[in-house]
Amino acid sequence: MQRRYLVRRWKNRVMAGVTFLCTLAVLTPLFLILAFLASTGLSALNWDFFTKLPGAAGEPGGGMANAIVGTLVLITLAGVIGIPIGVLGGTFLSEYPNTRLSHTARFAADVMNGIPSIVMGLFAYVLIVLPMHHFSALSGGVALGIMLIPTVMRTTEEIVRLVPQSVREASLALGIPIWKTTLRVVIPTAAAGIVTGIMVGLARIAGETAPLLFTAFGNRFWNRDILQPIAALPLQIFAYAISPFDDWHRQAWAGALVLVTIVLIVNITARYAAGRQVKLR
Amino acid sequence: MSVAGRVAAGSSARTGDRPFQLLLAVMAAAVPLIIGAVLVALIAAASPAIQRFGVGFFVTSTWDPVAEEFGVLPFIYGTLVSSALALLIAVPLGLGVAIFLAELVPGWLRAPITFFVELLAAIPSVVIGLWGIFVLVPWVRTTLEPLLKSTLGFLPLFSGPPLGIGMLTAGLILAAMVVPFIVAVSTEVMRAVPRAQREGALALGATMWETTRTAVLPYARSGIIGAIFLALARALGETMAVTMVIGNVPQIKASLFAPAYTIPAVIANEFTEATSDLYVAALIYAGLVLFIVTVAVNALARLLVSRVARGPAQIRE
Repeated sequence: MQRRYLVRRWKNRVMAGVTFLCTLAVLTPLFLILAFLASTGLSALNWDFFTKLPGAAGEPGGGMANAIVGTLVLITLAGVIGIPIGVLGGTFLSEYPNTRLSHTARFAADVMNGIPSIVMGLFAYVLIVLPMHHFSALSGGVALGIMLIPTVMRTTEEIVRLVPQSVREASLALGIPIWKTTLRVVIPTAAAGIVTGIMVGLARIAGETAPLLFTAFGNRFWNRDILQPIAALPLQIFAYAISPFDDWHRQAWAGALVLVTIVLIVNITARYAAGRQVKLR
Repeated sequence: MSVAGRVAAGSSARTGDRPFQLLLAVMAAAVPLIIGAVLVALIAAASPAIQRFGVGFFVTSTWDPVAEEFGVLPFIYGTLVSSALALLIAVPLGLGVAIFLAELVPGWLRAPITFFVELLAAIPSVVIGLWGIFVLVPWVRTTLEPLLKSTLGFLPLFSGPPLGIGMLTAGLILAAMVVPFIVAVSTEVMRAVPRAQREGALALGATMWETTRTAVLPYARSGIIGAIFLALARALGETMAVTMVIGNVPQIKASLFAPAYTIPAVIANEFTEATSDLYVAALIYAGLVLFIVTVAVNALARLLVSRVARGPAQIRE
Protein backbone atom coordinates (compact mmCIF):
# COMPACT_ATOMS: atom_id res chain seq x y z
CA MET A 1 0.00 0.00 0.00
CA GLN A 2 2.69 2.43 1.09
CA ARG A 3 4.81 1.48 -1.92
CA ARG A 4 1.94 2.02 -4.32
CA TYR A 5 1.33 5.44 -2.87
CA LEU A 6 4.95 6.41 -3.35
CA VAL A 7 4.83 5.27 -6.97
CA ARG A 8 1.74 7.39 -7.59
CA ARG A 9 3.33 10.40 -5.97
CA TRP A 10 6.49 9.90 -7.98
CA LYS A 11 4.46 9.67 -11.18
CA ASN A 12 2.68 12.90 -10.29
CA ARG A 13 5.99 14.69 -9.86
CA VAL A 14 7.41 13.28 -13.08
CA MET A 15 4.38 14.35 -15.12
CA ALA A 16 4.48 17.83 -13.63
CA GLY A 17 8.13 18.00 -14.65
CA VAL A 18 7.31 16.75 -18.14
CA THR A 19 4.69 19.45 -18.69
CA PHE A 20 7.17 22.06 -17.50
CA LEU A 21 9.76 20.75 -19.97
CA CYS A 22 7.12 20.94 -22.73
CA THR A 23 6.62 24.60 -21.88
CA LEU A 24 10.35 25.25 -22.08
CA ALA A 25 10.55 23.39 -25.40
CA VAL A 26 7.69 25.40 -26.91
CA LEU A 27 9.11 28.73 -25.80
CA THR A 28 12.68 27.93 -26.89
CA PRO A 29 12.13 28.76 -30.60
CA LEU A 30 10.56 32.09 -29.62
CA PHE A 31 13.53 33.10 -27.51
CA LEU A 32 15.98 31.87 -30.14
CA ILE A 33 14.21 33.90 -32.83
CA LEU A 34 14.13 37.02 -30.67
CA ALA A 35 17.80 36.57 -29.72
CA PHE A 36 18.92 36.20 -33.35
CA LEU A 37 16.77 39.14 -34.40
CA ALA A 38 18.29 41.34 -31.72
CA SER A 39 21.89 40.30 -32.39
CA THR A 40 21.84 40.19 -36.20
CA GLY A 41 19.14 42.76 -36.91
CA LEU A 42 20.46 45.49 -34.64
CA SER A 43 23.90 45.48 -36.23
CA ALA A 44 22.34 45.77 -39.70
CA LEU A 45 20.03 48.59 -38.73
CA ASN A 46 21.14 52.11 -39.61
CA TRP A 47 19.74 55.41 -40.72
CA ASP A 48 19.98 54.46 -44.41
CA PHE A 49 17.65 51.56 -43.79
CA PHE A 50 14.80 53.95 -43.00
CA THR A 51 15.58 56.65 -45.55
CA LYS A 52 17.01 55.05 -48.69
CA LEU A 53 15.65 53.06 -51.59
CA PRO A 54 16.95 49.51 -52.14
CA GLY A 55 20.39 49.42 -53.74
CA ALA A 56 21.28 47.65 -56.97
CA ALA A 57 21.39 43.86 -56.80
CA GLY A 58 24.48 42.64 -54.98
CA GLU A 59 25.77 46.08 -54.07
CA PRO A 60 25.96 46.90 -50.37
CA GLY A 61 23.99 49.84 -49.01
CA GLY A 62 20.52 51.08 -49.63
CA GLY A 63 17.49 50.67 -47.39
CA MET A 64 13.84 49.81 -47.25
CA ALA A 65 12.25 53.26 -46.99
CA ASN A 66 9.81 52.53 -49.80
CA ALA A 67 8.85 49.18 -48.28
CA ILE A 68 8.13 50.75 -44.89
CA VAL A 69 5.93 53.40 -46.49
CA GLY A 70 4.37 50.73 -48.72
CA THR A 71 3.40 48.65 -45.72
CA LEU A 72 1.82 51.73 -44.12
CA VAL A 73 -0.15 52.41 -47.31
CA LEU A 74 -1.32 48.79 -47.49
CA ILE A 75 -2.34 48.80 -43.83
CA THR A 76 -4.27 52.03 -44.35
CA LEU A 77 -6.12 50.55 -47.33
CA ALA A 78 -6.82 47.39 -45.36
CA GLY A 79 -8.09 49.45 -42.44
CA VAL A 80 -10.44 51.46 -44.65
CA ILE A 81 -12.04 48.19 -45.76
CA GLY A 82 -11.72 46.05 -42.68
CA ILE A 83 -12.37 48.42 -39.77
CA PRO A 84 -15.91 49.69 -40.64
CA ILE A 85 -17.14 46.23 -41.61
CA GLY A 86 -15.47 44.66 -38.60
CA VAL A 87 -16.65 47.20 -36.03
CA LEU A 88 -20.23 47.54 -37.30
CA GLY A 89 -20.57 43.79 -37.90
CA GLY A 90 -19.15 43.09 -34.45
CA THR A 91 -21.63 45.57 -32.97
CA PHE A 92 -24.44 43.66 -34.67
CA LEU A 93 -23.18 40.38 -33.17
CA SER A 94 -23.18 41.96 -29.72
CA GLU A 95 -26.44 43.94 -29.90
CA TYR A 96 -28.48 41.22 -31.64
CA PRO A 97 -26.69 38.18 -30.25
CA ASN A 98 -29.23 35.45 -30.82
CA THR A 99 -30.50 36.05 -34.31
CA ARG A 100 -29.82 33.41 -36.89
CA LEU A 101 -27.59 35.86 -38.80
CA SER A 102 -25.46 36.38 -35.67
CA HIS A 103 -24.86 32.67 -35.26
CA THR A 104 -23.99 32.28 -38.93
CA ALA A 105 -21.73 35.35 -39.02
CA ARG A 106 -19.95 34.40 -35.80
CA PHE A 107 -19.26 30.90 -37.07
CA ALA A 108 -18.21 32.22 -40.48
CA ALA A 109 -15.81 34.72 -38.86
CA ASP A 110 -14.14 31.95 -36.87
CA VAL A 111 -13.84 29.80 -39.98
CA MET A 112 -12.55 32.72 -42.04
CA ASN A 113 -9.83 33.36 -39.46
CA GLY A 114 -8.41 29.97 -40.37
CA ILE A 115 -8.49 30.31 -44.14
CA PRO A 116 -4.89 30.35 -45.42
CA SER A 117 -3.70 33.85 -46.23
CA ILE A 118 -2.48 32.76 -49.65
CA VAL A 119 -6.07 31.86 -50.60
CA MET A 120 -7.08 35.43 -49.75
CA GLY A 121 -4.32 36.57 -52.09
CA LEU A 122 -5.77 34.39 -54.86
CA PHE A 123 -9.22 35.86 -54.20
CA ALA A 124 -7.95 39.45 -54.46
CA TYR A 125 -6.06 38.46 -57.60
CA VAL A 126 -9.18 37.07 -59.28
CA LEU A 127 -11.30 39.98 -58.06
CA ILE A 128 -9.04 42.94 -58.89
CA VAL A 129 -5.75 42.06 -60.58
CA LEU A 130 -7.35 39.93 -63.29
CA PRO A 131 -9.89 42.54 -64.49
CA MET A 132 -7.32 45.36 -64.24
CA HIS A 133 -4.55 43.34 -65.91
CA HIS A 134 -1.85 44.49 -63.52
CA PHE A 135 -0.73 44.18 -59.91
CA SER A 136 -1.67 47.03 -57.59
CA ALA A 137 -1.48 48.32 -54.04
CA LEU A 138 -5.28 48.34 -54.07
CA SER A 139 -5.53 44.58 -54.58
CA GLY A 140 -3.03 43.99 -51.77
CA GLY A 141 -5.00 46.29 -49.49
CA VAL A 142 -8.21 44.43 -50.31
CA ALA A 143 -6.61 41.05 -49.53
CA LEU A 144 -5.34 42.33 -46.17
CA GLY A 145 -8.59 44.20 -45.46
CA ILE A 146 -10.64 41.04 -45.88
CA MET A 147 -8.29 39.22 -43.54
CA LEU A 148 -8.72 42.00 -40.98
CA ILE A 149 -12.53 41.70 -40.82
CA PRO A 150 -12.96 38.54 -38.71
CA THR A 151 -10.38 39.58 -36.10
CA VAL A 152 -11.87 43.04 -35.63
CA MET A 153 -15.43 41.70 -35.69
CA ARG A 154 -14.88 39.12 -32.96
CA THR A 155 -12.92 41.42 -30.64
CA THR A 156 -15.45 44.23 -31.13
CA GLU A 157 -18.26 41.83 -30.30
CA GLU A 158 -16.60 40.75 -27.08
CA ILE A 159 -15.81 44.29 -25.97
CA VAL A 160 -19.20 45.81 -26.87
CA ARG A 161 -20.93 42.99 -25.01
CA LEU A 162 -19.13 44.13 -21.85
CA VAL A 163 -20.88 47.51 -21.94
CA PRO A 164 -23.44 47.31 -19.12
CA GLN A 165 -27.08 47.03 -20.20
CA SER A 166 -27.94 49.91 -17.83
CA VAL A 167 -25.90 52.30 -20.00
CA ARG A 168 -28.04 51.45 -23.03
CA GLU A 169 -31.25 51.71 -21.00
CA ALA A 170 -30.28 55.11 -19.57
CA SER A 171 -29.77 56.47 -23.07
CA LEU A 172 -32.99 54.96 -24.42
CA ALA A 173 -34.92 56.31 -21.41
CA LEU A 174 -33.85 59.81 -22.43
CA GLY A 175 -35.62 59.23 -25.72
CA ILE A 176 -32.49 58.81 -27.75
CA PRO A 177 -33.07 56.50 -30.70
CA ILE A 178 -31.29 53.16 -30.84
CA TRP A 179 -28.96 54.06 -33.69
CA LYS A 180 -27.75 57.13 -31.82
CA THR A 181 -27.47 55.18 -28.57
CA THR A 182 -25.31 52.58 -30.29
CA LEU A 183 -23.12 55.04 -32.16
CA ARG A 184 -22.79 57.76 -29.52
CA VAL A 185 -23.06 55.87 -26.24
CA VAL A 186 -22.34 52.16 -26.61
CA ILE A 187 -19.45 52.25 -29.08
CA PRO A 188 -17.64 55.19 -27.40
CA THR A 189 -17.91 53.38 -24.05
CA ALA A 190 -16.19 50.40 -25.59
CA ALA A 191 -13.83 52.49 -27.74
CA ALA A 192 -10.58 51.72 -25.92
CA GLY A 193 -11.11 48.00 -26.26
CA ILE A 194 -12.21 48.25 -29.89
CA VAL A 195 -9.11 50.29 -30.78
CA THR A 196 -6.92 47.72 -29.03
CA GLY A 197 -8.52 44.95 -31.07
CA ILE A 198 -7.98 46.93 -34.27
CA MET A 199 -4.32 47.53 -33.41
CA VAL A 200 -3.70 43.83 -32.80
CA GLY A 201 -5.45 42.99 -36.07
CA LEU A 202 -3.40 45.56 -37.99
CA ALA A 203 -0.16 44.30 -36.46
CA ARG A 204 -1.08 40.81 -37.60
CA ILE A 205 -1.76 41.74 -41.21
CA ALA A 206 1.30 44.02 -41.32
CA GLY A 207 3.46 40.91 -41.27
CA GLU A 208 1.52 39.01 -43.92
CA THR A 209 3.52 38.12 -46.99
CA ALA A 210 1.67 35.41 -48.89
CA PRO A 211 -1.42 37.46 -49.85
CA LEU A 212 0.80 40.24 -51.25
CA LEU A 213 2.96 38.12 -53.56
CA PHE A 214 0.63 38.43 -56.52
CA THR A 215 -1.42 41.47 -55.51
CA ALA A 216 0.82 44.29 -54.22
CA PHE A 217 3.69 42.43 -55.93
CA GLY A 218 6.51 44.61 -54.57
CA ASN A 219 8.34 47.52 -56.11
CA ARG A 220 11.94 48.65 -55.94
CA PHE A 221 10.99 52.32 -56.25
CA TRP A 222 8.63 54.83 -54.75
CA ASN A 223 5.00 54.52 -55.74
CA ARG A 224 2.26 57.02 -54.99
CA ASP A 225 -0.43 55.44 -57.17
CA ILE A 226 -2.53 52.81 -55.46
CA LEU A 227 -3.32 51.28 -58.84
CA GLN A 228 0.35 50.39 -59.34
CA PRO A 229 2.47 47.72 -57.63
CA ILE A 230 3.84 48.78 -54.26
CA ALA A 231 6.64 47.59 -51.98
CA ALA A 232 5.93 46.02 -48.61
CA LEU A 233 8.25 45.21 -45.74
CA PRO A 234 7.41 41.48 -45.53
CA LEU A 235 7.79 41.08 -49.32
CA GLN A 236 11.16 42.78 -49.18
CA ILE A 237 12.30 40.57 -46.29
CA PHE A 238 11.28 37.49 -48.27
CA ALA A 239 13.00 38.62 -51.47
CA TYR A 240 16.19 39.49 -49.60
CA ALA A 241 16.17 36.32 -47.50
CA ILE A 242 16.18 34.04 -50.55
CA SER A 243 18.69 36.22 -52.46
CA PRO A 244 22.35 35.14 -52.69
CA PHE A 245 23.80 38.40 -51.31
CA ASP A 246 25.17 38.76 -47.78
CA ASP A 247 24.29 42.42 -47.50
CA TRP A 248 20.70 41.70 -48.46
CA HIS A 249 20.57 38.96 -45.83
CA ARG A 250 21.63 41.50 -43.23
CA GLN A 251 18.96 43.91 -44.42
CA ALA A 252 16.38 41.13 -44.25
CA TRP A 253 17.28 40.68 -40.58
CA ALA A 254 17.00 44.42 -40.05
CA GLY A 255 13.57 44.44 -41.71
CA ALA A 256 12.47 41.48 -39.61
CA LEU A 257 13.61 43.26 -36.47
CA VAL A 258 11.54 46.34 -37.38
CA LEU A 259 8.49 44.18 -38.11
CA VAL A 260 8.76 42.16 -34.92
CA THR A 261 9.39 45.28 -32.84
CA ILE A 262 6.11 46.73 -34.12
CA VAL A 263 4.29 43.47 -33.34
CA LEU A 264 5.86 43.38 -29.87
CA ILE A 265 4.97 46.98 -29.02
CA VAL A 266 1.38 46.58 -30.18
CA ASN A 267 0.89 43.32 -28.29
CA ILE A 268 2.38 44.64 -25.07
CA THR A 269 0.31 47.83 -25.31
CA ALA A 270 -2.80 45.79 -26.00
CA ARG A 271 -2.11 43.60 -22.98
CA TYR A 272 -1.59 46.65 -20.79
CA ALA A 273 -4.74 48.34 -22.13
CA ALA A 274 -6.81 45.18 -21.68
CA GLY A 275 -5.54 44.85 -18.12
CA ARG A 276 -6.52 48.43 -17.37
CA GLN A 277 -9.97 48.01 -18.83
CA VAL A 278 -10.63 45.02 -16.59
CA LYS A 279 -9.51 46.98 -13.53
CA LEU A 280 -11.80 49.89 -14.36
CA ARG A 281 -14.85 47.68 -14.34
CA MET B 1 -34.14 39.83 -28.13
CA SER B 2 -32.09 42.60 -26.55
CA VAL B 3 -33.56 45.74 -25.04
CA ALA B 4 -32.70 47.60 -28.20
CA GLY B 5 -34.67 45.14 -30.30
CA ARG B 6 -37.73 45.26 -28.07
CA VAL B 7 -37.88 49.03 -28.09
CA ALA B 8 -37.51 49.09 -31.83
CA ALA B 9 -40.56 46.90 -32.33
CA GLY B 10 -43.01 49.45 -30.89
CA SER B 11 -41.66 52.77 -32.14
CA SER B 12 -42.61 54.82 -35.13
CA ALA B 13 -40.76 58.08 -34.48
CA ARG B 14 -37.41 56.35 -34.50
CA THR B 15 -37.14 56.25 -38.25
CA GLY B 16 -33.37 55.83 -38.17
CA ASP B 17 -33.46 52.59 -36.26
CA ARG B 18 -34.55 50.15 -38.94
CA PRO B 19 -32.03 51.34 -41.54
CA PHE B 20 -29.32 51.34 -38.88
CA GLN B 21 -30.10 47.78 -37.85
CA LEU B 22 -30.08 46.82 -41.51
CA LEU B 23 -26.68 48.45 -41.99
CA LEU B 24 -25.21 46.50 -39.06
CA ALA B 25 -26.80 43.31 -40.35
CA VAL B 26 -25.30 43.81 -43.80
CA MET B 27 -21.85 44.28 -42.27
CA ALA B 28 -22.23 41.10 -40.23
CA ALA B 29 -23.52 39.25 -43.27
CA ALA B 30 -20.40 40.34 -45.18
CA VAL B 31 -18.34 37.55 -43.64
CA PRO B 32 -20.37 34.54 -44.82
CA LEU B 33 -20.89 36.35 -48.14
CA ILE B 34 -17.14 36.78 -48.59
CA ILE B 35 -16.54 33.09 -47.94
CA GLY B 36 -19.15 32.30 -50.60
CA ALA B 37 -17.60 34.83 -52.97
CA VAL B 38 -14.14 33.29 -52.52
CA LEU B 39 -15.58 29.90 -53.44
CA VAL B 40 -17.35 31.22 -56.54
CA ALA B 41 -14.38 33.33 -57.69
CA LEU B 42 -11.90 30.49 -57.31
CA ILE B 43 -14.15 27.99 -59.09
CA ALA B 44 -14.68 30.43 -61.95
CA ALA B 45 -10.96 31.21 -62.28
CA ALA B 46 -9.96 27.56 -62.01
CA SER B 47 -12.57 26.28 -64.42
CA PRO B 48 -10.22 25.81 -67.42
CA ALA B 49 -8.07 23.52 -65.29
CA ILE B 50 -11.07 21.80 -63.70
CA GLN B 51 -12.50 21.01 -67.13
CA ARG B 52 -9.18 19.87 -68.52
CA PHE B 53 -7.86 17.73 -65.66
CA GLY B 54 -10.92 16.93 -63.53
CA VAL B 55 -10.30 14.57 -60.63
CA GLY B 56 -7.16 13.22 -62.29
CA PHE B 57 -5.51 16.46 -61.07
CA PHE B 58 -5.16 14.91 -57.61
CA VAL B 59 -3.62 11.58 -58.60
CA THR B 60 -1.18 12.73 -61.28
CA SER B 61 2.45 13.52 -60.46
CA THR B 62 3.38 15.37 -63.63
CA TRP B 63 3.94 19.11 -63.14
CA ASP B 64 5.13 20.30 -66.50
CA PRO B 65 4.29 23.92 -67.35
CA VAL B 66 5.94 23.64 -70.75
CA ALA B 67 3.77 20.72 -71.88
CA GLU B 68 0.82 22.17 -69.86
CA GLU B 69 0.37 18.93 -67.97
CA PHE B 70 -0.55 19.54 -64.34
CA GLY B 71 -1.07 17.10 -61.47
CA VAL B 72 -0.72 17.98 -57.80
CA LEU B 73 -0.11 14.60 -56.18
CA PRO B 74 3.46 15.47 -54.99
CA PHE B 75 2.19 18.78 -53.58
CA ILE B 76 -0.67 17.09 -51.75
CA TYR B 77 1.79 14.54 -50.40
CA GLY B 78 4.17 17.28 -49.26
CA THR B 79 1.37 19.28 -47.64
CA LEU B 80 -0.07 16.28 -45.79
CA VAL B 81 3.24 14.81 -44.62
CA SER B 82 4.71 18.12 -43.45
CA SER B 83 1.47 18.90 -41.57
CA ALA B 84 1.33 15.40 -40.05
CA LEU B 85 4.94 15.72 -38.94
CA ALA B 86 4.18 19.11 -37.42
CA LEU B 87 1.20 17.74 -35.49
CA LEU B 88 3.22 14.72 -34.33
CA ILE B 89 5.62 17.14 -32.66
CA ALA B 90 3.22 19.92 -31.70
CA VAL B 91 0.32 17.94 -30.21
CA PRO B 92 2.16 16.27 -27.30
CA LEU B 93 4.16 19.43 -26.58
CA GLY B 94 1.11 21.67 -26.85
CA LEU B 95 -0.96 19.44 -24.58
CA GLY B 96 1.88 19.41 -22.06
CA VAL B 97 1.92 23.21 -22.02
CA ALA B 98 -1.89 23.34 -21.79
CA ILE B 99 -1.91 20.97 -18.79
CA PHE B 100 0.85 23.03 -17.19
CA LEU B 101 -1.09 26.27 -17.77
CA ALA B 102 -4.54 25.00 -16.82
CA GLU B 103 -3.69 22.72 -13.89
CA LEU B 104 -0.24 23.19 -12.44
CA VAL B 105 1.24 26.61 -13.03
CA PRO B 106 1.72 28.94 -10.06
CA GLY B 107 -0.49 31.99 -10.54
CA TRP B 108 2.28 34.54 -11.09
CA LEU B 109 3.78 32.51 -13.92
CA ARG B 110 0.58 32.00 -15.89
CA ALA B 111 0.29 35.47 -17.46
CA PRO B 112 3.88 35.66 -18.74
CA ILE B 113 3.81 32.15 -20.23
CA THR B 114 0.45 32.81 -21.90
CA PHE B 115 1.86 36.06 -23.27
CA PHE B 116 4.96 34.38 -24.70
CA VAL B 117 2.90 31.64 -26.33
CA GLU B 118 0.66 34.30 -27.91
CA LEU B 119 3.75 36.17 -29.05
CA LEU B 120 5.05 33.07 -30.82
CA ALA B 121 1.79 33.02 -32.77
CA ALA B 122 2.13 36.74 -33.53
CA ILE B 123 5.60 36.54 -35.11
CA PRO B 124 5.14 36.98 -38.88
CA SER B 125 5.69 33.81 -40.81
CA VAL B 126 8.30 35.42 -43.08
CA VAL B 127 10.40 36.20 -39.99
CA ILE B 128 10.16 32.63 -38.80
CA GLY B 129 11.17 31.53 -42.30
CA LEU B 130 14.15 33.87 -42.23
CA TRP B 131 15.27 32.34 -38.96
CA GLY B 132 14.61 28.92 -40.50
CA ILE B 133 16.90 29.55 -43.46
CA PHE B 134 19.83 30.96 -41.52
CA VAL B 135 19.64 29.19 -38.16
CA LEU B 136 17.44 26.11 -38.21
CA VAL B 137 18.49 24.69 -41.60
CA PRO B 138 22.24 24.74 -40.81
CA TRP B 139 21.56 23.17 -37.39
CA VAL B 140 19.42 20.43 -38.91
CA ARG B 141 22.07 19.75 -41.56
CA THR B 142 25.07 19.60 -39.26
CA THR B 143 23.55 18.27 -36.04
CA LEU B 144 20.04 16.81 -36.13
CA GLU B 145 20.13 14.89 -39.39
CA PRO B 146 23.57 13.28 -38.83
CA LEU B 147 22.38 12.31 -35.33
CA LEU B 148 19.16 10.75 -36.63
CA LYS B 149 21.08 9.02 -39.38
CA SER B 150 23.62 7.46 -37.04
CA THR B 151 20.96 6.22 -34.61
CA LEU B 152 17.89 5.50 -36.74
CA GLY B 153 19.52 5.43 -40.17
CA PHE B 154 18.31 1.88 -40.85
CA LEU B 155 14.80 3.32 -41.34
CA PRO B 156 14.09 4.65 -44.83
CA LEU B 157 12.63 7.74 -43.13
CA PHE B 158 16.08 8.86 -42.07
CA SER B 159 18.15 7.93 -45.07
CA GLY B 160 19.86 9.98 -47.75
CA PRO B 161 22.22 12.93 -47.55
CA PRO B 162 21.60 15.48 -44.76
CA LEU B 163 20.66 18.60 -46.72
CA GLY B 164 19.07 20.69 -44.00
CA ILE B 165 16.33 21.91 -46.30
CA GLY B 166 13.53 19.40 -46.68
CA MET B 167 10.49 17.78 -45.13
CA LEU B 168 11.98 17.40 -41.64
CA THR B 169 12.87 21.09 -41.27
CA ALA B 170 9.48 22.09 -42.66
CA GLY B 171 7.79 19.84 -40.08
CA LEU B 172 9.84 21.36 -37.26
CA ILE B 173 9.13 24.93 -38.26
CA LEU B 174 5.42 24.21 -38.78
CA ALA B 175 5.30 22.60 -35.35
CA ALA B 176 6.61 25.80 -33.78
CA MET B 177 4.04 27.82 -35.71
CA VAL B 178 0.93 25.76 -34.88
CA VAL B 179 1.73 24.89 -31.29
CA PRO B 180 0.38 28.22 -29.95
CA PHE B 181 -3.06 27.38 -31.36
CA ILE B 182 -3.08 23.98 -29.67
CA VAL B 183 -1.99 25.55 -26.38
CA ALA B 184 -4.48 28.42 -26.50
CA VAL B 185 -7.57 26.37 -27.36
CA SER B 186 -6.70 23.36 -25.18
CA THR B 187 -6.02 25.58 -22.18
CA GLU B 188 -9.33 27.32 -22.75
CA VAL B 189 -11.36 24.10 -22.92
CA MET B 190 -9.53 22.62 -19.94
CA ARG B 191 -10.34 25.72 -17.91
CA ALA B 192 -13.98 25.28 -18.95
CA VAL B 193 -14.07 21.94 -17.13
CA PRO B 194 -16.16 22.53 -13.98
CA ARG B 195 -14.33 22.67 -10.65
CA ALA B 196 -16.61 20.00 -9.23
CA GLN B 197 -15.18 17.56 -11.74
CA ARG B 198 -11.67 18.09 -10.39
CA GLU B 199 -12.74 18.23 -6.76
CA GLY B 200 -14.58 14.94 -7.15
CA ALA B 201 -11.43 13.22 -8.29
CA LEU B 202 -9.27 14.92 -5.65
CA ALA B 203 -11.74 13.93 -2.93
CA LEU B 204 -11.33 10.30 -3.98
CA GLY B 205 -7.63 10.65 -3.25
CA ALA B 206 -6.38 11.14 -6.79
CA THR B 207 -3.11 12.98 -7.30
CA MET B 208 -3.00 16.10 -9.44
CA TRP B 209 -1.86 14.11 -12.46
CA GLU B 210 -4.53 11.42 -11.94
CA THR B 211 -7.16 14.13 -11.69
CA THR B 212 -5.97 15.65 -14.96
CA ARG B 213 -5.88 12.30 -16.71
CA THR B 214 -9.15 10.85 -15.45
CA ALA B 215 -11.35 13.90 -14.81
CA VAL B 216 -10.12 16.83 -16.89
CA LEU B 217 -8.79 15.38 -20.15
CA PRO B 218 -11.78 13.10 -20.93
CA TYR B 219 -14.16 16.00 -20.27
CA ALA B 220 -12.20 18.34 -22.52
CA ARG B 221 -11.54 15.70 -25.15
CA SER B 222 -13.65 16.97 -28.02
CA GLY B 223 -12.35 20.49 -27.45
CA ILE B 224 -8.78 19.23 -27.55
CA ILE B 225 -9.51 17.38 -30.79
CA GLY B 226 -10.95 20.66 -32.07
CA ALA B 227 -7.72 22.40 -31.11
CA ILE B 228 -5.76 19.81 -33.09
CA PHE B 229 -7.96 20.31 -36.16
CA LEU B 230 -7.48 24.07 -35.86
CA ALA B 231 -3.73 23.56 -35.82
CA LEU B 232 -4.02 21.16 -38.75
CA ALA B 233 -5.78 23.80 -40.85
CA ARG B 234 -3.03 26.28 -40.01
CA ALA B 235 -0.33 23.80 -40.96
CA LEU B 236 -2.00 22.91 -44.26
CA GLY B 237 -2.21 26.54 -45.33
CA GLU B 238 1.06 27.91 -43.97
CA THR B 239 2.99 29.37 -46.86
CA MET B 240 6.05 31.54 -46.35
CA ALA B 241 8.04 29.74 -43.67
CA VAL B 242 7.48 26.38 -45.36
CA THR B 243 8.45 27.70 -48.79
CA MET B 244 11.68 29.01 -47.35
CA VAL B 245 12.86 25.71 -45.82
CA ILE B 246 11.22 22.78 -47.61
CA GLY B 247 13.38 22.88 -50.74
CA ASN B 248 10.55 23.21 -53.26
CA VAL B 249 11.06 20.00 -55.26
CA PRO B 250 7.85 18.24 -56.32
CA GLN B 251 8.74 14.66 -55.45
CA ILE B 252 7.49 11.84 -53.29
CA LYS B 253 10.38 10.42 -51.28
CA ALA B 254 10.26 8.15 -48.26
CA SER B 255 13.09 10.03 -46.59
CA LEU B 256 12.24 13.01 -44.40
CA PHE B 257 15.64 14.48 -45.29
CA ALA B 258 14.57 14.92 -48.92
CA PRO B 259 13.25 18.23 -50.24
CA ALA B 260 9.52 18.36 -50.95
CA TYR B 261 6.89 20.89 -52.03
CA THR B 262 3.48 21.94 -50.71
CA ILE B 263 0.36 23.41 -52.31
CA PRO B 264 0.70 26.88 -50.71
CA ALA B 265 4.41 26.92 -51.55
CA VAL B 266 3.88 26.15 -55.23
CA ILE B 267 1.24 28.88 -55.49
CA ALA B 268 3.57 31.36 -53.78
CA ASN B 269 6.55 30.50 -55.96
CA GLU B 270 5.06 30.00 -59.38
CA PHE B 271 1.97 32.19 -59.56
CA THR B 272 3.66 35.35 -60.81
CA GLU B 273 5.73 33.33 -63.24
CA ALA B 274 2.79 31.39 -64.65
CA THR B 275 2.81 32.32 -68.31
CA SER B 276 -0.23 30.57 -69.75
CA ASP B 277 -3.88 30.83 -68.72
CA LEU B 278 -4.03 27.10 -68.06
CA TYR B 279 -0.99 27.31 -65.77
CA VAL B 280 -2.66 30.08 -63.72
CA ALA B 281 -5.93 28.11 -63.66
CA ALA B 282 -4.11 25.00 -62.44
CA LEU B 283 -2.53 26.95 -59.57
CA ILE B 284 -5.91 28.45 -58.66
CA TYR B 285 -7.42 24.95 -58.81
CA ALA B 286 -4.81 23.87 -56.26
CA GLY B 287 -5.72 26.91 -54.16
CA LEU B 288 -9.41 26.03 -54.42
CA VAL B 289 -8.71 22.57 -53.01
CA LEU B 290 -6.72 24.11 -50.17
CA PHE B 291 -9.59 26.52 -49.48
CA ILE B 292 -12.26 23.81 -49.36
CA VAL B 293 -10.17 21.52 -47.16
CA THR B 294 -9.21 24.26 -44.67
CA VAL B 295 -12.77 25.58 -44.42
CA ALA B 296 -14.04 22.06 -43.71
CA VAL B 297 -11.33 21.37 -41.12
CA ASN B 298 -11.90 24.73 -39.44
CA ALA B 299 -15.68 24.28 -39.33
CA LEU B 300 -15.25 20.86 -37.76
CA ALA B 301 -12.78 22.29 -35.25
CA ARG B 302 -15.16 25.09 -34.20
CA LEU B 303 -18.05 22.67 -33.75
CA LEU B 304 -15.92 20.42 -31.54
CA VAL B 305 -14.66 23.33 -29.43
CA SER B 306 -18.10 24.86 -28.95
CA ARG B 307 -19.39 21.48 -27.79
CA VAL B 308 -17.14 21.66 -24.73
CA ALA B 309 -17.85 25.34 -24.12
CA ARG B 310 -21.61 24.67 -24.05
CA GLY B 311 -21.25 22.36 -21.08
CA PRO B 312 -21.86 18.85 -19.87
CA ALA B 313 -25.35 18.29 -21.27
CA GLN B 314 -23.89 18.28 -24.75
CA ILE B 315 -21.25 15.67 -24.08
CA ARG B 316 -22.18 12.06 -24.38
CA GLU B 317 -19.59 9.39 -23.85
